[in-house]
Amino acid sequence: MLVSNRNRLDRELDVLIDKCGRQRTALMPILQAVQRKYGFIRNFAMQKIADALSIHPVEVHGVVTFYSFLSEKPRGRFIIRLCRTISCEMAGKDRVAAQLETELGIKFGETTVDKRFTLEWANCMGLCDQGPAMLVNDTHYTRVTPQRVLEILEECRSRLSPHAMQGAEEEHLV
Amino acid sequence: MTDNPKDIKSSDRAPKAQRGQVVQKPDGVDAIGAKITVNIDGQDIKVPMGTTILEAARKFGIRIPTLCHHDDLCVAGVCRVCVVEIEGQRALQASCAYPITSPLKIKTHTPQVRRARRHIIDLLLSKHYGECYTCFRNNNCELQSLAKEYGVDFFRFGHPEKPMYEKDNSSYAVVRDMNKCVLCRRCVRTCIDLQEVGVLEAAHRSSDTRIETFLDKPLSDVVCINCGQCINRCPTGALTANDPTDEVWAAIDDPTKHVTIQTAPSPRAGIGECFGLEPGTPMTFEMNTALRRCGFDKVFDTNFTADLTIIEEGTELLLRLYKALVEKDETVALPQFTSCSPGWVKFMEHFYPEMLPNMSSAKSPQQMFGALIKTFYAEQQGIDPSNIVSVALMPCSAKKFECNRPEMTDSGFKDVDYGLTTREMAKMISEAGIHLPDMPKSDFDAPFGTATGSGVIFGATGGVMEAALRSVIELVCGVRAEDLFEHANIIPVRGFEGTRLVELPIENVGPVPDVFKKLVPNWDWLKGATLKVGVCHGTANAKKVLDDIKNGGEFSKCHFIEFMACPGGCLGGGGQPIPTTPEIRAARAEAIYAEDRSYGVRKSHENPVIWELYEKFLTDGPCGHISHKLLHTQYTARGKYI
Amino acid sequence: MSTELTFSQVDPYAGLKAAAGIGRADILATMKTANIRGRGGAGFPVSVKWNLAAAAVGPEKFIVCNADEGEPGTFKDRLVLSEHADLVFDGMTIAAIAAGAQKGILYLRGEYVYMLNDLETVLARRREDGMLGQNSAGRIGFDFDVEIRLGSGAYVCGEETALIESLEGHRGEPRNRPPFPVDTGYLGRPTVVNNVETLAWAACILARGAEWFNRIGTEQSAGPKLLSISGDCENPGVYEFPLGVSITEVLKVVGAEDAKAVQIGGASGQCVPAGNFERKIAFEDVATGGSIIVFGPGRDMLDVARNFMEFFVDESCGQCTPCREGNEKLLEGIEMLAAGTCSMKYLRELCSLGKTMQVASKCGLGQSSPNAFLSIVEHFPDEILGRAEGTVA
Repeated sequence: MLVSNRNRLDRELDVLIDKCGRQRTALMPILQAVQRKYGFIRNFAMQKIADALSIHPVEVHGVVTFYSFLSEKPRGRFIIRLCRTISCEMAGKDRVAAQLETELGIKFGETTVDKRFTLEWANCMGLCDQGPAMLVNDTHYTRVTPQRVLEILEECRSRLSPHAMQGAEEEHLV
Repeated sequence: MTDNPKDIKSSDRAPKAQRGQVVQKPDGVDAIGAKITVNIDGQDIKVPMGTTILEAARKFGIRIPTLCHHDDLCVAGVCRVCVVEIEGQRALQASCAYPITSPLKIKTHTPQVRRARRHIIDLLLSKHYGECYTCFRNNNCELQSLAKEYGVDFFRFGHPEKPMYEKDNSSYAVVRDMNKCVLCRRCVRTCIDLQEVGVLEAAHRSSDTRIETFLDKPLSDVVCINCGQCINRCPTGALTANDPTDEVWAAIDDPTKHVTIQTAPSPRAGIGECFGLEPGTPMTFEMNTALRRCGFDKVFDTNFTADLTIIEEGTELLLRLYKALVEKDETVALPQFTSCSPGWVKFMEHFYPEMLPNMSSAKSPQQMFGALIKTFYAEQQGIDPSNIVSVALMPCSAKKFECNRPEMTDSGFKDVDYGLTTREMAKMISEAGIHLPDMPKSDFDAPFGTATGSGVIFGATGGVMEAALRSVIELVCGVRAEDLFEHANIIPVRGFEGTRLVELPIENVGPVPDVFKKLVPNWDWLKGATLKVGVCHGTANAKKVLDDIKNGGEFSKCHFIEFMACPGGCLGGGGQPIPTTPEIRAARAEAIYAEDRSYGVRKSHENPVIWELYEKFLTDGPCGHISHKLLHTQYTARGKYI
Repeated sequence: MSTELTFSQVDPYAGLKAAAGIGRADILATMKTANIRGRGGAGFPVSVKWNLAAAAVGPEKFIVCNADEGEPGTFKDRLVLSEHADLVFDGMTIAAIAAGAQKGILYLRGEYVYMLNDLETVLARRREDGMLGQNSAGRIGFDFDVEIRLGSGAYVCGEETALIESLEGHRGEPRNRPPFPVDTGYLGRPTVVNNVETLAWAACILARGAEWFNRIGTEQSAGPKLLSISGDCENPGVYEFPLGVSITEVLKVVGAEDAKAVQIGGASGQCVPAGNFERKIAFEDVATGGSIIVFGPGRDMLDVARNFMEFFVDESCGQCTPCREGNEKLLEGIEMLAAGTCSMKYLRELCSLGKTMQVASKCGLGQSSPNAFLSIVEHFPDEILGRAEGTVA
C-alpha cells in the first residue's frame, strides 16, 4: 500500500471513528462505511479500528468474516448478489446465474480481473414475490431474466465515468 | 496496607477465578443470597439463587458431562454436551449456562438427553481428525473420555480420513493443530477474556467456523505472548507445546555432550499430577533421581539463580531509587517491573512498548542460569562450553521462546538450548521406564544446588516480591525479616487476588553491606520512606495495573511491581500438567510454601554460594560490568500492529 | 381477506396520539385485551413482553425493531417499511411509553439498505412533527428517538439475542437464555425486541381499539396477519388474512389450487402436503412469521429440501455443535438420497439427529433448521427414496 494512500485511509478512518464513536457498538457502522467506500476492509484498517475501539484486531477479523457483506479481500466495484433461495430458485435463478457467469467470464465467488464485477450468491433478500432477484451494490433488480443480464451489466458499466473508475482502480491496485 | 485498591475494578469479562473478592450486597431476600430449592434427578437441593444447574449438580455429587465449560472461564454454552431436561420446557437446556432463579425439576440423563449427548459427541468426532495413539493428549483428553463414557462404538456420522488443515508449527511455544479442534472456544475465552491478549478468536461462520489468529497468520507472526494458557485449557490435542524432547534425548544419547538440567520450583509441585498423585504433592527429590536416571549429567536448581535475580534486580531497584530520590534524576523509570516471566515480557513488548524502561534489565532466572553454565561452570569444570547442552525444566511454554531469543547468547553460545515443560518431562521420565513416585530421594548437584526458600516461592504469585522484601528488609533496615513478619512469611503479598498492593514503612535503616558500598554511601535517604510494592498475575490484571499507572492511579506510586503472565504465577504456567483449576493451583501453591518452610536458609542474600559467585566470578559485584554482560538484557519494542 | 391492507386505512400518528393520551398502564391494558402475539414467528404475547420490560429495573431501556426479516419467503416487512413506516415508528414509540424506554433502534437488514434514505426522511419528518425528540408526541419529559442500524448479511441476526450481539459490534451469535433481553438486552439494559409487523399492529390497535383487533382471528391467535406468498402461484405478494384462515382459502386467493405442498414459516417452518390443506394458519395449528411458499405439482421435494438445507449450512452461526455440524450432515444426507446411496437405516439416524437438533441447539435457528428435512421425509418418502444417480438434475 502506497504511503500516501495509507495516510489518506488513516485520516478517513479518524474522521469516521470520531463520527461513530469509540465504543464497540460503533464497530458495525464503521466497518460498513469502510466496506461501502473501498469494497473491502484492509488489514491496516482493521487494526486501526481495533485500536480506536480498544478491542483486539482478531475480534474485528472475527466480525468481518462472520458477516457476508463484509470482506477482507478486495471485491469488484459492482458486487452482484443473486438470490439462490427457494422462491428465486423456483423462478429460474440458475439460468440467470449461468448467463452472468458467461457474460463476465467468472464463476460465483470470483471477481473480474479488472476489479469491476464480483459475483456472489445471496440468501433470501426479501424479494421472493418478484424472483429471480438480484442486488447490484445497493440497487435491487427483480424478475431478472437471462436476457436482462446484459442490460444490467451495461447499465453498470455506463455508470463508470472514466474519472470515477480511475480513482477506484487506483484504490484497488495499491 | 491496602489490598485490592478500589480504583482498580475487575472487569466483568474476567473469569471468576481472577475477580476481586468483592461481595455484593443483596438487594433483597429475593435477590442475591436468597436460597432456592430445585429437584435434580429426584433429589431436592437447596442452592443460592443464580447458581447454574451444573454448579448445583456438582455440589451434590451429580455428574453432568461438560466440554466447553471451564472453571476459570466465562460461560459459553456452545458444545451442548451438558444439556439436561427441565420439566415443562420443550427444549433441553445447557446446564452450564442456565442460572436457577425459580424452582425447577431437572433430569440429567433421560433417554432424550443421552441421545443428544451421543449425537453431539458423534458429530464432534466426525470432524476430529487424528489417531489417539499419536496424540500428546492420549489418555488425558476430554473428548476421548466423553467418547468412552457415552459408549461411542462406531463413527455414526463418519470420521475424517485426511487432515483438513496444516499444523501451525511456527511458534517456539505453542503448536496449533486445527484438525483436532472441537470449537469449544476455551482458547478464545482464555486468550481474550482471561489473559486479554487477543490472539485467538472464532472466525467465519457455520461449518466454516474455525479458531483463527488475525488474518489467519501463523502464530509466530502475531501478538501471541506464548503464555500457553490456551494449551492448559484445550480439551483435546489441538493446542500443545512445541516439544523438543527428541532433541534432548539425542543430546543425552550423545556421549560427547555434557547435558545439564536446571529445574524450576513449579514443576516439582506439579509433576506428580502426571503420575496420578494428588495436586500439591511435591516431587523435588524424587525428580532429581529420575532426571539422573534419564541420563542428565548434572541436575541443578533454578532457585539458585532465583536468589541471584533477587540480588541483581534488588540492586537495580535500589540504584533506581537512589537516582530518583537522591540525585533527583527525573529520567529514571519507576515503578520497576519484574522481568522473570517471559510471557509478561513479550506482553510488554507488544502492548506497552513505551513502558519498557520500567522493566528490570535483569534476565529471568532461567537465562541467568544459562549464561553461568556455559561460562563460570564450564570454566570451573574444565568443559568446553560448545559441548554443554543446557536444558531447562520449566512450568512454562514462553520459556521456549525466551531461550530462543537471539539476544540470549551472552555466554558466546546459545545460553539455554532447550526448554522443557513439566508435561514433557513427565513423558521423558515415563519413557525411561520410571514411575516417579517410586524414586528414592536425592539432592541437587553442586555448585548450583544450593538455594533458599526465597528462590522456591518464585513459583507462586507474590513470591518474587516476598523474596525481594525479605532481603530488602534485612539489607536496608538492618533488622531481621522475622522481626517484622512472623517466620518471615510476608502474608500480605500472598494469595490469588488479581492485584495486590502492599506498603512497607522503613522506620530505621542499618549500615550499608559491603557489596553495596561502592553503589550507595548510606541508607539514610530511605529512612522514613514507605516502600510501596504491587503484585499482579494474569495479563488481564497486568493491563489494569499498567493502565492505572498511566492514569496516575495507586499503582503509579509504587516502587516495585511483580508481574506474572499466568494466573496463579508460574505454578499455573502454560507448561504445567493439565487440567488446571483454581483448586489445583491453590494445592500447588501450598506445596511451594511448604517447601519454603522446610529450608534452613530462606533469604536469597543468605545463600553462601551467591556471594562465592560474586567473589570468584562476578567480581565487580551486583549490577557490575560482568553481571551486566551476562545477567542483564534489553527488550524489543514490538508494538501491536502486524 | 380484505382488498386493502388495514395499514393503509390507519392514519400515521393516530395510534401514537391515542397512546400518548392514555399513558403506560392503559397501553399495557389495551395490548392485553387485544391479545396480540408477536408477528415474527415465535408468537410471544406482546403485552407480557412489554410488561416485563416495564417492570425491569435499569438506568435506561431500549426498544429494538427487528427489521432483519431473513426467513426465506418472507417479504411483508419490506412492504410495511416501505409503505407504512410511520406505523412502525408509532409502534416503537408506543412501546417506549409502555416500557419506559428512551431510545429506539431499528435494525434494518443489509439487503434492505435501499430503504435507508426513505426511512431517514420519515424519521426527520417525525422529529419535525414532534413525534420524536424532546417531549415526543406531546408527552412532557418523554424524550424518545430512533436510530437506524444496518445488518450486514446474516440470517441468524433475526434471532433477537444475535441481533443484540450484532448491535453491540460482535459476531451475530445468539446468547444463552435466560437472562432474556427484557431483563438484560442491548448493553445489558432491559430491551424490547419486536418485529416490524408487530409494532405496526400495535399502532393500529391503539388507533382502533383492542376490541376491533381481538374480534378478528381465533381465541389463541387474535388479529389479522400479513402473509408473504411466493412460489408456484398466480399472484404472489403480500396479503392480509385473519389468523385461523385455512391453507385452502389462502391458496384459492393467490391462485394455487393445484399445489402439492406448501411450506409455511419459511425454511425453519414446516412443509404441509396437499392432504392437510384444511389446517389453519394460527399459533395453535401451523404457525408462521409470514412466509408461505407454494410448491406446484411438478416440484421435486428433494430439491426443495436441499435448497433449505443449503440455506442453513450457510447461515448457521456455527457456535453450537448440533446446528453447526448437524445441518451439514443433513445436507450430506440429501445428497446421498439424490444419488440413491442413503440407506433407510442411515436416513432414520439422520431423522433422529434432526430430533436432537430440535431440542439441543442453542437458539431458534438450530432448533428449527431440521424441520424442513424432517417434514419432507415424513410426507414425501416416495419421492425421496429409491433414487438412482442422475434422477435429480
